[in-house]
Amino acid sequence: MKKIGVLDIQGSVEEHFAILDSISKDRFEPVLVKTIEDINGLSGLVLPGGESTAIDSLLQKYNLDNEIVSQAKNGMFVWGTCAGAIILSELGLIDIGIERNAYGGQLHSFETELEFNGKKIPGVFIRAPKINRVGEGVEILSKHDGGAVAVRKNNILVTTFHPELTDNITVHEYFVEMCL
Amino acid sequence: MQKNTPKLKKGLAQMLKGGVIMDVVNAEQARIAEDAGAVAVMALERVPSDIRADGGVARMSDPKMIKEIMAEVSIPVMAKVRIGHFVEAQILEALEVDYIDESEVLTPADEKYHIDKSNFKIPFVCGCRNLGEALRRISEGATMIRTKGEAGTGNIVEAVRHMRTVNEETEALQKMNDSELEKYSEEERTALDLLKEVISLGRLPVVNFAAGGIATPADAALMMQLGCDGVFVGSGIFKSDDPAGRAKAIVEAVMNFESPKILAKASEGLGEAMPGLEIDLLEQKYAGR
Repeated sequence: MKKIGVLDIQGSVEEHFAILDSISKDRFEPVLVKTIEDINGLSGLVLPGGESTAIDSLLQKYNLDNEIVSQAKNGMFVWGTCAGAIILSELGLIDIGIERNAYGGQLHSFETELEFNGKKIPGVFIRAPKINRVGEGVEILSKHDGGAVAVRKNNILVTTFHPELTDNITVHEYFVEMCL
Repeated sequence: MQKNTPKLKKGLAQMLKGGVIMDVVNAEQARIAEDAGAVAVMALERVPSDIRADGGVARMSDPKMIKEIMAEVSIPVMAKVRIGHFVEAQILEALEVDYIDESEVLTPADEKYHIDKSNFKIPFVCGCRNLGEALRRISEGATMIRTKGEAGTGNIVEAVRHMRTVNEETEALQKMNDSELEKYSEEERTALDLLKEVISLGRLPVVNFAAGGIATPADAALMMQLGCDGVFVGSGIFKSDDPAGRAKAIVEAVMNFESPKILAKASEGLGEAMPGLEIDLLEQKYAGR
């Protein structure tokens, strides 16, 4: 059975895993990923929300960053939420510009309604980054206040908000469809 | 668009799970903490072991220092206020820190009331020694909990006691019948709805970190294995021989808390840990505040 992993370094790991588990319906197996061996053979990988500097330093420490890049180049689907979005951009896996904490500190975190791929979904933005440049061929799947907040190019999906903190499964379902 | 909702307040704590929050007293230490992989820093004037040694009244930190730390790092910045001192909290809110810790490590300002935290836009973390205390703080609006331990001692025994107590009381709650639950609710001054939420989740309804006495990678992993969501390290880092090395090692230990081989490697050659204190010999225990 195909496997979809959640990077288990730090952050909203359990939240992503719980939603994937609830929608798997024997279509795929959700797994937690901590090592290079865990990444091997995944159809898809979710980089959760968290603190990108903390996640990034541990990715490098265990050489997981290079493994994610090489597997993504071999066709593994990768979805980054918030901190995960920053990491995907830093790894050069998608051509976007991203600005950390662009809305400000926690006082400026917000909830709003978004339209994602034609469906209405809740958008939870926590000390979120902003996508300030979208490269060629990058498809915009959702916008807030005129700026892109969800984008995709080929096998890479990026959201600057947290679908894993809501009970709406639209974006998880979208990513699973990409992977299967 | 909505701001400062409970979901957003709880949500930021969820983003810190599996991470280490480090006490820092200046921008330079904050830089070391962020580079070592801290998920947040706690800005305070003196680390708990110095508060212990110096004595006197411990208060909210100088806003100038907090602003310097906020300017230095991109990770969330937390800061402490005295228990019940809602004006210190108003000041931290004006500074736009990311989280406020209503902390027993500082000298309490009010012996009867904690801050009415739901009135604030900035989220709060509070300490607890047991389930009832945690739930009272959550009722007052805390959206993150930490077990208190005994700060500034480098001694893990109280942190373990508090974590085990929360776990045991949660299990006991799940076995109670309706009349026992009502009695518990009255005795512990906690709403029945909140108790039912704990029963259905099998845990606190907010993120729960361990704090107070963590000095080594093994201490951090111990607290993780006991079921906490992450750890606060206070004096343990910057009162040790090699703060940067120890900070990195504790971050690694929290990620790999179930891998003794990685823990062994992370624990190697860190030099002296902070000097520890016997709990029974303390002049002042902070946890009872």
